[in-house]
Amino acid sequence: MATKKKNNTIKLNFDTVRNYAPALESKSAATIKPQYDLFINGKFEKPLSKKYFSTINPSNEEKLSEVAEANTADVNRAVKAARSAYEKVWKKMAAKERAKYIFRIARIIQEKARELSIIETLDGGKPIRESRDFDIPAAANHFFYYAGWADKLEYAFPNRNANPLGVAGQIIPWNFPLLMAAWKIAPALATGNTVVLKSAETTPLTALKLAEIIQEADLPAGVVNIITGGGETGAALVNHTDINKIAFTGSTEVGKIIQKATAGTNKKLTLELGGKAANIIFEDAALDEAVEGVINGIYFNQGQVCCAGSRLYIQESVAKEVIKKLKDRLESLIVGDPLDKNTDVGAINSRQQLETIQKYLKIGQQEGAEKYESSCALPQKGFWCRPTLFTNVAQSNRIAQEEIFGPVLAILTFRTDDEIIEKANNSPYGLSAGVWTDKGSKIFNMTKRLKAGVVWANTFNKFDPTAPFGGYKESGYGREGGLHGLMPYVNLSNK
Amino acid sequence: MISSIEMGTNIDFSHSPRIDQVGLEERAARFTKRSIKKETKLNGLLLTLNMIDLTTLEGKDSEGKVKQLCYKAQHLHDAYPGLPNVAAICVYPSMIKIVQKALKGSGINIASVATGFPSGQVPKSLKISETKFAVAEGATEVDMVISRGKFLEGEYNYVFDEIAAIKNACGSARLKVILETGELGNMDKVRRASDIAMYAGADFIKTSTGKIQPAATMPVTLVMLEAIRDYYYKTGRMVGMKPAGGISKSKLALYYLVMLKETLGDAWMNNHWFRFGASSLANDVLLQIVKEKTGTYQSGNYFSLD
Repeated sequence: MATKKKNNTIKLNFDTVRNYAPALESKSAATIKPQYDLFINGKFEKPLSKKYFSTINPSNEEKLSEVAEANTADVNRAVKAARSAYEKVWKKMAAKERAKYIFRIARIIQEKARELSIIETLDGGKPIRESRDFDIPAAANHFFYYAGWADKLEYAFPNRNANPLGVAGQIIPWNFPLLMAAWKIAPALATGNTVVLKSAETTPLTALKLAEIIQEADLPAGVVNIITGGGETGAALVNHTDINKIAFTGSTEVGKIIQKATAGTNKKLTLELGGKAANIIFEDAALDEAVEGVINGIYFNQGQVCCAGSRLYIQESVAKEVIKKLKDRLESLIVGDPLDKNTDVGAINSRQQLETIQKYLKIGQQEGAEKYESSCALPQKGFWCRPTLFTNVAQSNRIAQEEIFGPVLAILTFRTDDEIIEKANNSPYGLSAGVWTDKGSKIFNMTKRLKAGVVWANTFNKFDPTAPFGGYKESGYGREGGLHGLMPYVNLSNK
Repeated sequence: MISSIEMGTNIDFSHSPRIDQVGLEERAARFTKRSIKKETKLNGLLLTLNMIDLTTLEGKDSEGKVKQLCYKAQHLHDAYPGLPNVAAICVYPSMIKIVQKALKGSGINIASVATGFPSGQVPKSLKISETKFAVAEGATEVDMVISRGKFLEGEYNYVFDEIAAIKNACGSARLKVILETGELGNMDKVRRASDIAMYAGADFIKTSTGKIQPAATMPVTLVMLEAIRDYYYKTGRMVGMKPAGGISKSKLALYYLVMLKETLGDAWMNNHWFRFGASSLANDVLLQIVKEKTGTYQSGNYFSLD
C-alpha cells in the first residue's frame, strides 16, 4: 500500500517495477567470428601490423572477438585501394548505378537488422530496445535517404556541378557504431567519393558486419574500406597525404588535434564533437511530457550521446514539482542486462568511460550539488552507473560546464526568458538544446536566440536522415544529414 | 485538514495542467515495448481477470441474460479450478436485484450505471434519485456519467457540484465517474475533467460508457493515471482508475497493467484501485491462461460465451 509516512510525505511505491521476468534476446541469432581482419579492397586482409586486440562485452567483461590493429602500412594500403577504386571505377560510374549499390546496402541492413541489433548491444552495452528500435533502423534509413540523392545532385545544387572530392577518411565514435558508419559512408558514396573508415576501438564489430554486407552488396572493390584500431590508426589516417577529406565524430579534445593536423593541407574537414545541451522547461509546459523528454534526453544510451540534454534548466515556479516527477521516473527505469528487452538503461561502454563518469560524480558532490540516484541494484560484473541527477547545481559548477558523457543530469533553475537565454548559451559547446513550453510564440523566440545546431521543441533526441545535424562553437562544424549533409563531400563548380 | 471538496471549490479548473498529445502518445507507446513473459505474464493475466467489471449494458438485457452473466462471473472456466473471480458485474439499475440474488455470497461487487447513462441528459434531480434507487436496490458501486454538454460549455462548477451531489447520494457505495473521453475533444479536457471528478469526490475515474468511439485508449488512460498521481500527491487520497470499452485482448490488458504499475506503482495493482470495463476480455484472458499452463492454444469453443 502507498503509505502516508510519519513525516507526512506521500510517496509512490515502485518496488516491483524492476521484477519483470527476464525477456532475453537470443545471442544465437548473431554470428560473431573469433577474429576479424581489415576490410581492404573488397576483401578481409591480415594486418601488416600482425597485431590484434580484443573487444569485450561491457555488460559482463567477456571477450567477444579480436580485431586487427591497423598500422601506418595498413592505412596506406587502404587509402591506396580507395584511390584506385575512385579513379578507375567509382568516379566514372553513372550516378544512378551508384544509387543502386547504396539501396542494396540499405536493404541488406534491414534484412539483417536483428543480428546487427544483437551485436551492437553485445559490443557496446546499449539496451537491445534501443539498438533494435533506433540504431539499426536509423542506419538503414540513412542509406535509403542518400541513395535517393545520388542521381539528383543537380537538384541539390541547381546550376552548379557537384564534383566528388576523392578519398574520404572517416573516424567514428563508439556510442552509435553502425549509425555513425552510415552517417559517414552514405553521403560520401552518394556524391561519388570512396571511403576509408576507422571504427571505434571499443565497438568495432558492427562496422565489420557492415563490411560483410558491403561485400554481399557486391560494391566494387576498394570503394569502401573499413579498418580497425585505436588513436594511432586514426592519426595515420588523418595525416595521410592522399586523402581529400576528413570527417570525424568524437571528443572535442581529439577534434582539436585533428584540426591542427589538417591545417595547411587542402583536406576538407568536418567535425562533430562534444556537447552540453541545455534542456529548458518553462512553467507553462506540459510537465509530464517534458519530464519524459528530459529522461530520454539524458538516459538514452546511458547518456553517452553528444547531443544529450545534460543541463536541465527548470523555471523556478515549477522546479519542485518537476524534480519530484523526475525522481519518481528514475525509479521506473530498468537498469540491467542490455540483451533483456525490458532494459531501459544498459552498461557504460568501457571501464575508461565509467571512470570518467565516476570522477564527475565525485566532483559534483565536492562542488556542493545534491546527488540523487536510482535505487536500482547493479550487476556485479561489467561497467555500470546508476541513472543519477544533481540538484542545487550552479552555472559555475564543473558538472554544469563539462561534458560528462554518462547518465548524469545537472539540474539548474531560472526565472526569466532573458536569463535562460544567457545561461543556456553560456557554454563552450553548442550542439543541441531543448525547449518545453505550451506557447508557440515562445518556441520561435527561444529557438532563434539559442546558439545550438539543433533545437528541439517539446521533444528531444529526434533524428531523421532528412534533418541536418551539427554544432556551433566547440561542438564542431559541418552538417551531416539532409541536403546539407551532401555539401562536405562535394566541390561545386559553375556549369 | 480541509476536505477534497473544499479544496476543489477553490480551484479554477481551467488551469488544469496541459497535455502534449505527441509526447503523451509516445510515452503510452513505450509501455507496449515491455516484453511480458512467463510468471509475470501469468500473474498479470490472473490479475486482469480479477480486475474485470463484467458488463452488459444493452436495451435488450433481460433477466435471463443477466443471470447467465452472473453465473459466468462465478464460474469463469471450471475446467481450471482456482481461477480468481471478476471484480464486479456492471448492469443497468433495473437489473440490480437480479444480480444481487445471483451473486449472493460470492463477494463479487454489484455495479450499476446511473445518472441517465449513457448520455446523462436528464435533470440533476432525476440523476440523484436514480443514484439513490440504485444504492437502495443493492448496488455497491455506482458508475455515473458527467454532463459533457455543461463541461464543454465551460460550466465546470456545475459539473463539480453535480458529481459532489451524486457522491453524496451514493452513501457507502463507491462512485465511478465516467468522463466519456471520446466526447471531450482533446487531452487537456480529459485532464481537466479528471481533476474536477476527483476533487468532487470520485472514488474511481472511468474513461467511457462503451457507447461512444473512441472509448478507452492507452494515451487517454495515461492522462487520467497522471491526474490521479498528481491528486494523490496533493491530497494523500487514492483514486481508482477504470478504462472501459475497446479492451478485448489480453495482450493489450497487460500493457495497461504495465502502464499502471510504472505510473502509480504497486499500491494500485489490485481490483480495489483498478478495473477493466469489458465484456469480451475475460475469454481471451482465459484462453491465454490455459495456454500458459498447457503450452497450447485451445479452440474458442471450449470457453463459454456469456
